[in-house]
Amino acid sequence: MKAPFSWINEYVKIDDITPKQYAHAMTMSGSKVESIETQGENIIGVVTGKILKIERHPNADKLVVCQVDIGDEVLQIITGADNMKEGDFVAVATDGSTLPGGKIKKGKLRGVESCGMMCSEDELGLQQERAEGIMVWQTETPLGVDIKSYLGLNETIVEFEITSNRPDCLSIIGLARETAATFAREFAVKTPVVSEKNDNIENYIKVRVENEKLCPRYSCRAVKNIKIEHSPEWMQKRLEGCGIRPINNIVDITNYVMLEYGQPMHAFDLRMIGGKEIIVRTATEGEPMKTLDEQEHLLDGNMLVIADCSKPIAIAGVMGGENSEIQNDTTTVIFESANFNGESVRSAAKKLGMRTESSARFEKGLDAHNTVAAVNRACELICELGAGEVVDGMIDVCAPFEPERKIPLNVEKINSFLGTNIEKEFIISSLESLGFTVENNLIAVPSFRGDVEGEADIAEEVARIYGYDKIPSSLNTGETTLGGKNDKQSAEDLVKTTLTSLGFYEIITYSLINPKMFDKMRIEKMGYIELLNPLGKELSILRTQALGSALEVLSTNYNRRVDGASLFELATTYQKGGDDGLAIEKQQVIIAMYGNEVDFYDIKGATEQLFDAFGIANYKTQQHADPVFHDGQTAIISVKNQQAAVLGRIHPTVQKNFEIGADCYAAVIDFDMLLKFKDLDIKFKHLPKYPAVTRDIAITVSNEISVGQIEEVFNKFKSGIVEKYNLFDVYQGEQIEKGKKSVAYALTLRSADKTLKDEEVNKVLDAILKELKRKFSAEQRL
Amino acid sequence: MDALACITSKQQLESFRVEFLGKKGRLTQVLRGMGSVSPEQRPIIGQLANDIRLFIEEQMDTLLLQLEANELEVKLLQEKIDVTMPGKRQRIGKKHPLTTVLDELVDIFIGMGFTIAEGPEVELDYYNFEALNLPKGHPARDTQDTFYISDNVLLRTQTSPVQIRVMEKKKPPIKIIAPGRVYRSDTVDATHSPLFHQIEGLVVDKGITMADLKGTLEILCKKLYGNDTKVRFRPHHFPFTEPSCELDILCPSCNGSGCRVCKSEGWIEILGAGMVHPRVLERCGINPEIYSGFAFGIGLERITMRRYGIYDLRLFFENDLRFLQQF
Ligand SMILES: [Zn+2]
Repeated sequence: MKAPFSWINEYVKIDDITPKQYAHAMTMSGSKVESIETQGENIIGVVTGKILKIERHPNADKLVVCQVDIGDEVLQIITGADNMKEGDFVAVATDGSTLPGGKIKKGKLRGVESCGMMCSEDELGLQQERAEGIMVWQTETPLGVDIKSYLGLNETIVEFEITSNRPDCLSIIGLARETAATFAREFAVKTPVVSEKNDNIENYIKVRVENEKLCPRYSCRAVKNIKIEHSPEWMQKRLEGCGIRPINNIVDITNYVMLEYGQPMHAFDLRMIGGKEIIVRTATEGEPMKTLDEQEHLLDGNMLVIADCSKPIAIAGVMGGENSEIQNDTTTVIFESANFNGESVRSAAKKLGMRTESSARFEKGLDAHNTVAAVNRACELICELGAGEVVDGMIDVCAPFEPERKIPLNVEKINSFLGTNIEKEFIISSLESLGFTVENNLIAVPSFRGDVEGEADIAEEVARIYGYDKIPSSLNTGETTLGGKNDKQSAEDLVKTTLTSLGFYEIITYSLINPKMFDKMRIEKMGYIELLNPLGKELSILRTQALGSALEVLSTNYNRRVDGASLFELATTYQKGGDDGLAIEKQQVIIAMYGNEVDFYDIKGATEQLFDAFGIANYKTQQHADPVFHDGQTAIISVKNQQAAVLGRIHPTVQKNFEIGADCYAAVIDFDMLLKFKDLDIKFKHLPKYPAVTRDIAITVSNEISVGQIEEVFNKFKSGIVEKYNLFDVYQGEQIEKGKKSVAYALTLRSADKTLKDEEVNKVLDAILKELKRKFSAEQRL
Repeated sequence: MDALACITSKQQLESFRVEFLGKKGRLTQVLRGMGSVSPEQRPIIGQLANDIRLFIEEQMDTLLLQLEANELEVKLLQEKIDVTMPGKRQRIGKKHPLTTVLDELVDIFIGMGFTIAEGPEVELDYYNFEALNLPKGHPARDTQDTFYISDNVLLRTQTSPVQIRVMEKKKPPIKIIAPGRVYRSDTVDATHSPLFHQIEGLVVDKGITMADLKGTLEILCKKLYGNDTKVRFRPHHFPFTEPSCELDILCPSCNGSGCRVCKSEGWIEILGAGMVHPRVLERCGINPEIYSGFAFGIGLERITMRRYGIYDLRLFFENDLRFLQQF
């Protein structure tokens, strides 16, 4: 809400306060000032002048030489404009003056001296668009007067950010009341005085409200013998200062009153109200309507309209109809000042896509008490402007008011809630300055403060006038509690610290994805949740897996020529089918990488180390098939027969779909599994007392036999004296029979209670070899 | 002795030792020839030969030490390397800057006795709005452009619903923060994102005051931005707190005089907070006549951008490695 300083000053004297002080104090009392702009700030040394003489320029056809009287001297000024005549008054930028566009200096134009410039409206910053010629007027004007004071360009415009609970502050009066409370000054609103003629509104119009719930009050007055013309300068300037374009005296008055009283108004041309009756009703389904902005609308049955006997003439609280608009030859108008249900106006404005100054006020819930004062103020302005004759009487269709709200005043409670020690007198005077009345320890809430419902609201009113900065700071946060993370949260940390220490960078990606992702990943579209109102196809569903997001990041990096990337995300996924219609939200750890010399075993190593970090030892890795991954380079890791991770090389087609030109590898790890099987209970084991024996064994087996299968055999012996085994060579080639491979291990054997003898070691090795032979027809290579 | 003085290497020293003290060495020969010496002279000659042997051995030891020192010196010189060559580094990754700053915030609050609460991102309208005094048709709903999944299911627009879920389950004392993702249907640009992160805070117990809210959040700002940070609390409106406030810090770029960073306001908004609305407490079965509390909400992206001077929100979600490596 923009408010001219001078307008507020009409209700509370603030002309001794600097704009900066004002902005600070208002911000701290709850009306946040967004900006302060002083008009004419960049205009210096521009004065009023009168053109005495206009002559042709001797050297240029399109220029003229003017003699301009600026009071104490006559200046010769050359201009290319042709919209002035001798005797016109103009704004003269003298030598050395400043305009918003820069400094003005005297100089020669085609050999003839020019001692300044006659300004156009845009050059003075009065309008945005380029003016046709210079600014001229004929009204007798004192000469040499600073143009800013002549035009009243001394206005300071304050722009407030008004929160949705304070529609009363979307008005000059509301802001003035806040100002008065903030600076502890006098504030008064005069009751509008309307001089009436001996006529009666009943002779002009009838009003019928069909839906009292959506229209609790409808007040209107009639004005006859109207002459449509421009409203006076001062009114236009105030409207412009508030960001509203002046139209004509009648429309301007309705806007002026809306700004001043916060009560939106509308003016109908009586000629266009068929049957001379206003009916406030809901629209019929599909009823057509053309609004003032020349937009055609189809209304629905929930929208409230103002209608005559046959057609809607306005969408209640949103915008008037083109059919009842004020015309240049309008002679009689009906001023509407009504109270409409906020929710209904809000939903109509939203559906029709037309949020107006009016709807923005109504939707927050306005005070039904305000309609009469506002319509009277409009009529008072009619009289002041001599714009017409106000018809006697008012039509006021009004549902019973909400009862006045009373809240007990409990000084102690306010103070104990705020942690303050504010005097009762201060509390009462603050509340009174805001329009509350206090009697017998009961606070009566004014009708324009629908937001104040209970003691907490009263505490806020007191606190903001007292000053939030004066409330002390303390640190009592109640009973002492033990802070910390739970198991899951610590496990999340463990994932992140482990993977970063392994060289992976954490990424954070959107959980909203494009449904095309399924196809790109060659996976089935299912179980996903779709938004009803997405921004576009790109972010229209919730992801059911997070690998795609990581692949997109790999793609971004690859296409930006980043050499290699090793990334991870602890990501949430969303599946249909949770309780209460919500999602099943689960976490996945995604590891993804590409780069020089990266292969399957890098991603596998990282995954294994993550399992190690969680103390999970008994997992099993097996060949796996998954459409996202390469058919021959994919593994599944399971713990106690439960799938915990899938990892491998990304399928070349998927890679291509994501426009990644390098081989990439990824792991998808079920975070719940890490959490479920984590075993971080550390028990110290004695250091070995007896030496270990190391033996290498090499065997040849069929290519089909995996290292994992061989190691399962070793594992069986691990409870005995086999301490560990370490694969050090896999060989296929000349010395090995075709279709077979040589696999070599270094075995470490140790006994906890004695030094092993050769026979004992050999016995175990023989047993292992025998088992390998039995299972895989493995032959020992010697 | 002269022979000893000429020795310059360990090898020569060894030859010398063999020549004099070896099995066939000269001094050994002398001792072997003892048989031909008269018994009276034997001890004298023996003594003499022994003294000479000891003397030579001593000289040789000294020489050996010196030779070894020389040799080491030469060796070290030969092993000289270019220390300006790059060091061998282990690859270490980094947490996302949002995580780094979140971790810092979480640590501050854990230090103050808070625990971490969580709630669903796909949320019921009831928790996201209604229970927070935002019934259907409330104008403040329009300021949070909401993604809907059905009539009553949506993507949470704030972390505040976690407050409700916590209060429904747990009785005071409550002291939690709830970090998480929130969603608004804002088109992506430098300052808007359909997805961002908030950290909700909630304290409910007997005797909690607005002064406690101020004290707690002042500590947070000092830990985040340094002890000299100036803060101000300014009245604001949130439907689920009363009184409500916003917390600003004095713009560090201009010290309050107004600049581009603070949009010439002199202050930078950091978070919103307030005393939990009695109706919100009541709805969760907590008696507002006995208990009171405060709540606050912090925008993680905003704080992180401020911390590192990041100007474009999109960078967080692009995950360009050259961005991630900087933090
Ligand atoms: Zn600044």
